[in-house]
Amino acid sequence: MQEILEIYKKIDTEEVKVWFKAASVDDFPVNGGACIKYKEKQIAVFNFSRRNKWYACQNVCPHKMEMVLSRGMIGDQNGIPKVACPMHKKTFSLENGENLNGDLPPIATYPVKIKNNNVYIGFSE
Amino acid sequence: MKKVIVIGNGMVGYKFCEKFVASKKYEHYSLTVFGEEPRHAYDRVHLSEYYTGKNSEDLSLSSLQWYTDHNIDLHTSEMITEINRSAKTVSNHRGVKYAYDYLVIATGSSAFVPQIEGIEKEGVFVYRTIEDLEAIESYASKLKSEGKTKAAILGGGLLGLEAANAVKELGLQAHVVEFASKLMPRQLDKGASDMLQATIEELGLTVHLDKQTKNIKGTHAIEGLEYIDHDHLLVDMLVISAGIRPRDEIAKHSGLAIGPRGGIIVDNKMKTSDDCIYAIGEVALYNNMIYGLVAPGYEMANVAVAQITGETDTVMAEDIDMSTQLKLIGTEVASFGNALSTDENIHSIVYENKCKGIYKRINISEDKTKLLGGILIGDSSDYNALFQLYHNNISLPEDPENLILGNREGGDVSPLGNVMDLPNSAQICSCENISKETICTAIQDGTCDTLEDVISCTKAGTGCGGCKPMVKDLVNETLKSLGKEIKDTICEHFDLNRQELFDIIKLKGYRTYDQVLNHYGKGDGCETCKPIIASIMASIYADTANKEEVIQDSNDRFLANIQRNGTYSVVPRIPGGEITPEKLIVLGEIGKKYDLYTKITGGQRIDFFGARLDQLPKIWKELIDHGFESGHAYGKSLRTVKSCVGSTWCRYGMDESVSFAIALENRYKGLRSPHKIKGGVSGCIRECAEARCKDFGVIAVEGGWNLYVCGNGGANPRHAELLAEKIDNENVIKYIDRFLMFYIRTAAPLERTAKWLDNLDGGIEYLKKVVIDDKLGLADELELEMQQLVNHFQCEWTQAIQNEEIMKRFNHFVNSDDTDDSLVFVPLREQKMPQPWQ
Repeated sequence: MQEILEIYKKIDTEEVKVWFKAASVDDFPVNGGACIKYKEKQIAVFNFSRRNKWYACQNVCPHKMEMVLSRGMIGDQNGIPKVACPMHKKTFSLENGENLNGDLPPIATYPVKIKNNNVYIGFSE
Repeated sequence: MKKVIVIGNGMVGYKFCEKFVASKKYEHYSLTVFGEEPRHAYDRVHLSEYYTGKNSEDLSLSSLQWYTDHNIDLHTSEMITEINRSAKTVSNHRGVKYAYDYLVIATGSSAFVPQIEGIEKEGVFVYRTIEDLEAIESYASKLKSEGKTKAAILGGGLLGLEAANAVKELGLQAHVVEFASKLMPRQLDKGASDMLQATIEELGLTVHLDKQTKNIKGTHAIEGLEYIDHDHLLVDMLVISAGIRPRDEIAKHSGLAIGPRGGIIVDNKMKTSDDCIYAIGEVALYNNMIYGLVAPGYEMANVAVAQITGETDTVMAEDIDMSTQLKLIGTEVASFGNALSTDENIHSIVYENKCKGIYKRINISEDKTKLLGGILIGDSSDYNALFQLYHNNISLPEDPENLILGNREGGDVSPLGNVMDLPNSAQICSCENISKETICTAIQDGTCDTLEDVISCTKAGTGCGGCKPMVKDLVNETLKSLGKEIKDTICEHFDLNRQELFDIIKLKGYRTYDQVLNHYGKGDGCETCKPIIASIMASIYADTANKEEVIQDSNDRFLANIQRNGTYSVVPRIPGGEITPEKLIVLGEIGKKYDLYTKITGGQRIDFFGARLDQLPKIWKELIDHGFESGHAYGKSLRTVKSCVGSTWCRYGMDESVSFAIALENRYKGLRSPHKIKGGVSGCIRECAEARCKDFGVIAVEGGWNLYVCGNGGANPRHAELLAEKIDNENVIKYIDRFLMFYIRTAAPLERTAKWLDNLDGGIEYLKKVVIDDKLGLADELELEMQQLVNHFQCEWTQAIQNEEIMKRFNHFVNSDDTDDSLVFVPLREQKMPQPWQ
């Protein structure tokens, strides 16, 4: 199971080598998320329109290793944007991936950019 | 900077850290902690919950981060093997030395393993750590695969019964073997033990008293126990829980004073025979006693912290209170003060009710003015009040029997009267030793203004939790006395409770989440307030969960219950549990076509499991084409109205329970509420539909229906209470309309009807006045609101499959038609199940 986590590593904007054109802005619910596929990866992408921001992270929740984070609700905790896993309501910061209500390892986050109404996710490979 | 080392990271060792870092002088110390277990401190008291779904992380007393945040140098899996008192160092098993100025020994205890011939055989375990539990669990599953199911637990004390429950949870037959002639011999008298025995035997456990085991039979693995009376018991596993032994080895080797039967001798400052070494918890021998309860251990931790930081006035009390209140195998058990006295100058009052499994005994002083101790089995709801009377030496009322029998002249008065009448010094939380004064002051000086604040700043109620109702009462009463409002706000984004939000949304006519958040909230919302507001809007406007998908509870968003591997279940509505053979065949065909695990639910319908997100609309389209509709099994809404077959077939039936159940289910289907709602209709008092464990239950009697409300099954089963007797169909509907709408308007989030009734001032009598006598003048309005919801019902799955936009929601990927390839199923009997979690 651990190997699932191995393929998800946090990527900062300066490390991006590939900007993958995932889908149109309209494919994502407003203030909600959906899942995209890039190679063997499942990435949760969130359109946080209340803040006019987009976030991306691994779709797998490190708690029980299920591919579900994109189906979680988003919101904030003391101003930190977060997603709550639909399984057991584990919450993670969308900024740095940190588990906000427990000790789980952080989730990998990925940079997102919007160009010509399309959503691009940044990967290093 | 002085160096403090703690050996042991169990509950008491952790408590020491917690108290130490909270001390104002902590900055002058460095703290290093050694624990030999691989895990940081966890809750050993609730260990058996490990088998009922809690993992080691849930049981943890704090996060690992907590230690880092407080500069505690925590070494787990590291055993201290030597103390060098002259050099003031300790060494670990690898010989690495650490210097200390103060040393705290909190090594706790190990399970006492009696010298019985054959004790080394395979299949014999102790019950102490998570590792023990894991070993028991894996041995149990091996036994079960061989068709073996019998296990014995040696020891009928507190921990033994906990262990028995754990073994039972693993699906084995549990036999409790106790040396004494009663269960929990230290806490219970014979009458209480008999009642407890009867109750737990009803639950499938077996108790063997007066049995001393001579040897353990079996060639390689255990096959049975032989007693000294030559009787025997055939079992395939043995869990030993026959007491504890202090872990005093390193102290002994370093020459600290040890009691004749073990335990490090400490004075009332928790100091050992060495001025720089303290011992706390189950390893410490205080007053010639080892205290195997967590509360005295916590108090010892508190004293040790005070002594080390120079508050030398704080010492351990002379008398240690050994009162305890807990739930054992689902049975409430409490014992306090002098519970077992046989002194003839003490008067005992005993109440025994075998029908209900209740036994209560109180011991009263000769002049009948003081409560000295007592025992409660089966119902310990009066424990807090009785304990306060005993602990604070409060004068008893004239008829002390009322303390356990209740005031039989009507009225529901606590034996204690008002919590505010307690003396300031009254100890409210015995686990954390928090007084009434501490709690009230926290509010009066402005530090706290909610129950949550008080709990997090005083720690009251964070131990066993038994005092929480009293803490809540104290907080509320204190807030009231200050003229402050009692806040029960839903989350950090709204300073409102659910009822206030409900009223605002209705009054202002808000239709979207953002409208409510922008006008009355702050921030961006969260997974708590979003579904609450979605549910409120659904209850007011009959919105389905398809409106504003992103604020719906995760199950509502996909109109299905998410299961363990991220697949979903599918439950079509089968009103009243009545279904034609043709429709059953349709369900069978669909289950087969999509390879779904299929099971009959507790609510008389059929549940399909293992549907992928992308399969949901396809499955539902087929179901709807064949005349089914959503069963709302995923929603906080009406689930089912269960029925027995009633007078149409049953020779005892008094009325048509199936017809009425179908009518009620169709009336309230889709109704969104603070929590799920279930109903039941029985055709006679034999009650085959189990209507009295439902939120509303209707039972046919001579002359009409009896209507019961506010029952539930689940974790805390409750029988529904009688609201009205012998009423006709029309009145049943009228009263349920009013009752449900009143509940929906006023309940707290996720508060089921039983809990709501508990919190309703005036209880069932008040509810009768509102629902039947229309005391609030709301009846017409409540009925009208319900009728509008009924009129506007839409099947949300029908809505979903007819709408392209909604259908898009069910694609696993937005940029690919691939399905989720991470799903793995394994065979289970003739069906399948998700691969177990690792």
